[in-house]
Amino acid sequence: MKQFLTFVRKEFYHVFRDRKTLLILFGLPVAQILLFGFALTNEIRNARIAVFDEARDEASAAIISKIRAGKNFEVDRILSSYRQIEASFREGKVKLVVVFPRNFREDLLHRNKAQVQVLADASDPNTASTLTGYINSILLDYQQSLSPAAAMPYRIVTQTRMLYNPELKGATNFVPGVMALVLMLVCVLMTSVSIVREKENGTMEILLVSPINPFLVIISKAIPYFLLSLVNLAVILVLSVSLLDMPLNGSLLLLLAESSLFIITALALGLLISNTTASQQSAMLIALMGMLIPTMMLTGFMFPLENMPLPLQLISNIVPSKWYYIIVKSIMIKGLGFSAIWKETLVLLGMTAFLLLVSLKKFRIRLQ
Amino acid sequence: MQEIVIKTEQLTKRFGDFTAVDGISFSVGAGEIFGFLGANGAGKTTAMRMLCGLSAPSSGAATIAGFDIYTGTEGIKRNIGYMSQKFSLYEDLTVLENIRLFGGIYGLRDRQIKDKSEELIGSLGMGREAKKLVGSLPLGWKQKLAFSVAILHTPRIVFLDEPTGGVDPVTRRQFWDLIYAAAASGITIFVTTHYMDEAEYCGRVSMMVDGVIKALDTPSQLKQQFAAGSMDEVFFELARNSKRKADQA
Amino acid sequence: MADLLIQQLRKTYNKGATIAVDDVSFSVEQGALFGLIGPDGAGKTSIFRMLTTLLLPDSGTASVRGMDIVHDYKAIRKEVGYMPGKFSLYQDLTVEENLNFFATVFNTSVAENYSLIKDIYVQIEPFKTRKAGKLSGGMKQKLALCCALIHRPTVLFLDEPTTGVDTVSRKEFWAMLQQLKAQGITILVSTPYMDEATLCERIALMQSGRIMAIDTPERLVSAYPDRMYAIKAKDMSALLQELRHCGSLASCYAFGEYHHITFNNDNEVSRTALVQYFTEQGYKDLELKEIAPGIEDCFIRLMNYAGNSH
Repeated sequence: MKQFLTFVRKEFYHVFRDRKTLLILFGLPVAQILLFGFALTNEIRNARIAVFDEARDEASAAIISKIRAGKNFEVDRILSSYRQIEASFREGKVKLVVVFPRNFREDLLHRNKAQVQVLADASDPNTASTLTGYINSILLDYQQSLSPAAAMPYRIVTQTRMLYNPELKGATNFVPGVMALVLMLVCVLMTSVSIVREKENGTMEILLVSPINPFLVIISKAIPYFLLSLVNLAVILVLSVSLLDMPLNGSLLLLLAESSLFIITALALGLLISNTTASQQSAMLIALMGMLIPTMMLTGFMFPLENMPLPLQLISNIVPSKWYYIIVKSIMIKGLGFSAIWKETLVLLGMTAFLLLVSLKKFRIRLQ
Repeated sequence: MQEIVIKTEQLTKRFGDFTAVDGISFSVGAGEIFGFLGANGAGKTTAMRMLCGLSAPSSGAATIAGFDIYTGTEGIKRNIGYMSQKFSLYEDLTVLENIRLFGGIYGLRDRQIKDKSEELIGSLGMGREAKKLVGSLPLGWKQKLAFSVAILHTPRIVFLDEPTGGVDPVTRRQFWDLIYAAAASGITIFVTTHYMDEAEYCGRVSMMVDGVIKALDTPSQLKQQFAAGSMDEVFFELARNSKRKADQA
Repeated sequence: MADLLIQQLRKTYNKGATIAVDDVSFSVEQGALFGLIGPDGAGKTSIFRMLTTLLLPDSGTASVRGMDIVHDYKAIRKEVGYMPGKFSLYQDLTVEENLNFFATVFNTSVAENYSLIKDIYVQIEPFKTRKAGKLSGGMKQKLALCCALIHRPTVLFLDEPTTGVDTVSRKEFWAMLQQLKAQGITILVSTPYMDEATLCERIALMQSGRIMAIDTPERLVSAYPDRMYAIKAKDMSALLQELRHCGSLASCYAFGEYHHITFNNDNEVSRTALVQYFTEQGYKDLELKEIAPGIEDCFIRLMNYAGNSH
């Protein structure tokens, strides 16, 4: 037991004496949260648009003022000819142009049908469709205020409710993803690098030629990173709940337990990498290429998995963070209990057991 | 009087409040074999780096191959060769590829490189190994090859940092044959070593202790001065009272 | 029973393409100081790694205090101390922290075996709060030795402990080894410096994975078949060049202040002829004297002999 504690203490010395790594360790989650929470959101604010109002009547004026009132748009310029539309897109300043044809109000009131042309810069398709969506809802709004009861005899009114995230905030999507990413990064990268460093420095040679059980060396490597990951997790949670209004609807205890499981999965993966590589560079490369990229791409928080081709969807099943991502969302946002996530938990457990088994099998009690 | 190619005047290097090299002054003539000896941590490596133009001195003056140590570092680098025990050649390139690469780095023309490679491989007797990877050669051959490559561009001075460490006794002597041949052609040799018999092969030897040059003379004069039977004893006499034992080399 | 018993040990790398250790056998008695002498690539480190159970041999057997290096690796690891060729301590831990750490690894404490390391440790004690990475070569080596001794091993393996270390530190280090030997510890040490060979009780001269000779340094030297002479003059390098072309010489090598030579037909006549020839050539201060050959002379002769027989 004393051996074990000494080992753990030594690992903490390594961690705390390496300032740069420490900075990455704790700076990374904070940076990620702020980046994903504020800078990268699905919501578009103050998009610059242009208006070409040939109608110049009450109706068009009312709609324009509605557009101006919202926080999504900023009317950058009022155009006076069709030719200017093309020109302003080319300049790249405006993302969207709304065109009201002549006699807009006349058509609307007397022929019961008026047209508005919405032109969007679709070089960025996501932004274009989001912006046209915003315009459509403004138009719909205006239409309803105009004739609440009258108009068409048959009408389907869609009542949309965005469950769990009524304000469509980006944070609810990203925070669980960032949690998966950061834990993966810290655990896989740091453990594998720290073990391989002992091989490179030759200290592993001395440790092997000692009565100490090599597994103890490995386990004691994992402990500090396990604890640091928990600290990291706490930082992420506090930041996201307080700063990004991230809900925590489910049980905190359950979340911590599931996170611990995921951390162990990641540590096991780090061990496997360190057992199969000989230099810090290759360990780092494998950890980054093999872990970080799949985590970003195939977890579901950056790109929806449902839209991916089948082979990628299948591959995503072996990415541990995919399952953790589902678990975190279920607990934090939907407020579900263990009964709803036992399957995912089982998958993670299975993965951990498999990884540990393989890395123990691969573990060498000698050099080479 | 022979031409002076290295001249230092009170050359000093400080790191914070630690003076690694403390006002060393000496000069080395063209074609001389100059042994630069010292205890671990005496400041040899730091001094060598300054002389090669890799690190700027804190104070003092020096001229290397006619170039000022502060303003002429580019000129210095063009006119010196460098070889150490640790880095010498690319192990994953063949003998010929290494020669071509370093010839190219020092701006030799293709024709020159071709002639020099043939000459060098012939003189080292490496005809059969020319197309082998350097990594597969025995250490002694690597070191001989590395030395030949370091003087490929006929520099004024070649700096050798423990070139014979770990090399077998026969190859070690062959290495010194190469050094003598280079010196005879006018190249100045500036060499460090831990083998005290090699100190005897130098024209003059300086002994550095705690950042200061404690003694500088021909091996026979040094032995006389310290009433010692061998260079080993001279070194021991000078270095045993070193105060700077604990500091990093 | 010998503490180390090595029989026909063989180790290759790259699927047999590189032969590191080629059919090596030797034994070391309890409490002896045995030296493996040879340049880099002689196979010394591979032998150390096999004996410390870090590598498996391709063939052959070896035992440490009667324990087999393949099957009894766990027991061996409890008993031996090992100092690898490369400095292998934690550079970011202090002197004290390193020592305490390794004491715990070996299930002991610094206090328990302090008497063994005391003489060495007092020399580095003033720097005990300094990080190991900031120590000089000689100090690092002393700390590494302390760490290797902390559990009072019965057999000590030191792989090139003095490489890259200056003469003063090397002398101090060998003095420490003599003290440890006096305590009854069996020591296997390797070195590329031939002059250190005489500090061992028995040595094996190694080259290219093979042992060329094993014996006490004294007997190896006295077994040198020819009489050896040292010659010097004013211009040593020119003298060397010309000596090489002398038909009457069997060998000629630079050895520091002198060149060492042996004659094909060693007699008064050939010696006088040599001196006369070089005096006539204008060499000043010519001196020729008979000397006792050293280990390095033996090594060179064995190397040439091996080279010719291949």
